[in-house]
Amino acid sequence: MSIYINKDTKVIVQGITGSTALFHTKQMLEYGTKIVAGVTPGKGGTEVEGVPVFNTVEDAVKATGANVSVIYVPAPFAADAILEAVDADLDMTICITEHIPVLDMVNVRRYMEGKKTRLVGPNCPGVITADECKIGIMPGYINTKGHVGVVSRSGTLTYEAVLQLTDAGIGQSTSVGIGGDPVNGTNFIDVLKEFNDDPDTYAAVMIGEIGGTAEEEAAAWIKENMTKPVIGFIGGQTAPEGKRMGHAGAIISGGQGTAEGKIKAMEAAGMKVAATPSVIGATLIEAIKEAGIYDSCKTH
Amino acid sequence: MNIHEYQGKQLLRQYGVAVSNGIVAFSPEEAVKAAKELGTSVIVVKAQIHAGGRGKAGGVKIAKNLDEVREYAKELLGKVLVTHQTGPEGKEIKRLLIEEGSDIKKEYYVGLVLDRSTSRVTLMGSEEGGMDIEEVAANSPEKLFYEEIDPVVGLTGFQARRMAFNMNIPAKLVNKAAKFMLGLYQVYKEKDASIVEINPLVVTADGDVLALDAKFNFDGNALYRHQDILEMRDYDEEDPKEIEASKYDLSYISLDGNIGCMVNGAGLAMATMDTISYYGGSPANFLDVGGGATAEKVTEAFKIILSDKNVKGIFVNIFGGIMKCDIIAEGVIIAAKELGLVVPLVVRLEGTNVELGKKLLNESGLNIVAADSMADGAQKIVNLVG
Repeated sequence: MSIYINKDTKVIVQGITGSTALFHTKQMLEYGTKIVAGVTPGKGGTEVEGVPVFNTVEDAVKATGANVSVIYVPAPFAADAILEAVDADLDMTICITEHIPVLDMVNVRRYMEGKKTRLVGPNCPGVITADECKIGIMPGYINTKGHVGVVSRSGTLTYEAVLQLTDAGIGQSTSVGIGGDPVNGTNFIDVLKEFNDDPDTYAAVMIGEIGGTAEEEAAAWIKENMTKPVIGFIGGQTAPEGKRMGHAGAIISGGQGTAEGKIKAMEAAGMKVAATPSVIGATLIEAIKEAGIYDSCKTH
Repeated sequence: MNIHEYQGKQLLRQYGVAVSNGIVAFSPEEAVKAAKELGTSVIVVKAQIHAGGRGKAGGVKIAKNLDEVREYAKELLGKVLVTHQTGPEGKEIKRLLIEEGSDIKKEYYVGLVLDRSTSRVTLMGSEEGGMDIEEVAANSPEKLFYEEIDPVVGLTGFQARRMAFNMNIPAKLVNKAAKFMLGLYQVYKEKDASIVEINPLVVTADGDVLALDAKFNFDGNALYRHQDILEMRDYDEEDPKEIEASKYDLSYISLDGNIGCMVNGAGLAMATMDTISYYGGSPANFLDVGGGATAEKVTEAFKIILSDKNVKGIFVNIFGGIMKCDIIAEGVIIAAKELGLVVPLVVRLEGTNVELGKKLLNESGLNIVAADSMADGAQKIVNLVG
C-alpha cells in the first residue's frame, strides 16, 4: 500500500507537448508510470512518446479512464489547467508549474470547494510511490520501496531527505511535495492523515520552511492525532527577516513564520527535529529506533 | 515589487479612492512649482523611499510657505534617510511628494492581505492608526478587525460598512469609508497586489475620509499582465545585483557573508545557507537558479556572485530534478574559464544526469573541489575560505 498513487494509477499529462513536459513524460514512462494520455489544446489526435494527445481533459478521461493528471502548463495558463482537471472529476491533479499568480490560486481554491479533486502543488516536485508510480519531476533512482512517508514544501530538499533514507537502507512508502506557494491545494495535515491511516507507512518525515504557520498547525495536529513517529526539519533558519527566499511563501514578516517558532512547535509536539538537512535521515533513524520499529523499516 | 507612496496614490485616484492632492518633485524648483500649483496654506514635503518609518526618521516636513518648501526640499533631496526598515545604511532620497496639508481629526488603519490559512484575501482595519499593525495585533488585538473576502463576489458593501462601524468611524462618514475600502479592494484585485496598507487612513475636519499614506506590494508572478505597474519600478530602490539576477530569472538575495552560493530550489538554497552557517561559515547570498537553467544562466549567476567583492569562495550545490547536472557542469566550466575564477570552488552534484555532470567537471582541467554531500561541501568551502 501507499498513499494517493500506486501501480494502477492512470495519468494524464496536461501540456504534454512542451519541452519540459516531454522530458519528464519520458522519465515517468521509463519509471513505469502508466501515462495513458496527454492534453494540449489544438494537438488532439496526435501522439508523443507513444502517448495519445487530446484537446481537452474531458476527452482524455472519456477515452482512457485516467484518474490523475499532472500539469506542466506555463504559469499564465496553469490555473485554468487546474480548473479543467477539477471539472473533469479527476481524483487528483498535481501541478508542477511555478510562478502562478497568487490571486489565480485564490480563485482556483474557491472553485474547488465541494468538488471531488485533490490538488497537490502548485510549484511542487510531484508525488512518487517508489517502484510503482512517479508523477512529477523528481529523480526516480533515489527512491526505494519501503515504509517511511515523506512530505515537504521544498522539492530539492525532498530529494535530499529521500536520498539519505535510501543510503541508510530505509525505503519510502510515498513522497509528497506540497509546494512552496502561499496558496496550495494540499497541506501537511492532509498528507499526514493519509500516512497515519496507511498500514504500510510506519513513520514520516516532514520538511517545512520559514513563512506562514502550516508547520505549527501540523505540529499541533500531530500531537493530538498521529500514532506514528514523525520527525521534522525547517529550512531557512539563518534567513533574515523581510527577505523573500525564492519561494513565494518563504518570508518572515512581523515576527511570524520564523524557523525558531516552527522548531519549538514541533518539539512541543514530541517530534525530533533535524539540526541540519544533512541529518534528516539520521534523525528519522533515531526516532524509529526509539519506537522499536527500526528493523521493520529497514528494507535493504 | 514595491512602488512609491506617490505612485500608490496615483493608482488610488484612478479608482476613485480618496487621497490628498499631491505632486511628485525631483528638485527644489519642482517642489516649489508643485506647492504653487496646490496653492494650500500648509504644504507637506515627504521623502519618497521604499521603506516605512519615514516620519519618525525626519523624512516628512510641514511647510507654511514656499520658502520653507524650497528649504525642506533642498534639505531632503540627496540625504540618506535611515528608518527602522532601511537598515543602518539607509536610503538616499531622490524623489519628494509635495502634498496639501490635511486637518486631521483621527487616524485609522486599513489593509488588504492574503490570509494563507483560508486562501482568501482579508480586509483588516483598526481605529489604532499611524502605528505598526503588528504592534496593534500584539498589544490590543480586540481593536483589529477582519473581513474575509469571497473571490466570487469580492468585498461586499455590508462587509465594508461593518468594518467601518467596528473601526468606530463617525456614523455620518461610514458610507465614505466603505466606498474607500471597496475601491481599495478593486485596485488590489485588478492590479494583483499582494499587500496594500493605508496607514494612516484619516478623517479630516472637513469630513473627508482619505489615504494619508499608501503602501503597495505587487505579486511578482502577475507582473506580466500589468505593464503599467512594471513601469513604476524604481531601480534606484533595489540592489543592483538583485536587478541583474532578475533579468536572467534567477532568484538572488544579497547577504552579509563571504561564501557565494549557487543552488537549485529555494528550499535547498535556504538549507545550504543554514548548513554553511552550522559549520561556522557565513553565506554571501541566497541564489536559486531555478528549474529551467541553461549554461548561459549559470554563467550569469557566477558573474553576479563574483560581483560581490566580499565573496572569498563559492559553493555550488545542485540536486537535479528538472535541472540536469550536465547543464550545470557545462555552465560552471564556461563561467570559470570566462571569468578566470581565482577563488576556491566546491561543487556538489546529485540527481538527473549526475554521472555525466561529474565527468564533465573532472575532464575540464579546472581546480574544482568535488563534494559528496551538502554537509561535505559546506565543510570543505568553510575550510577553504578559512
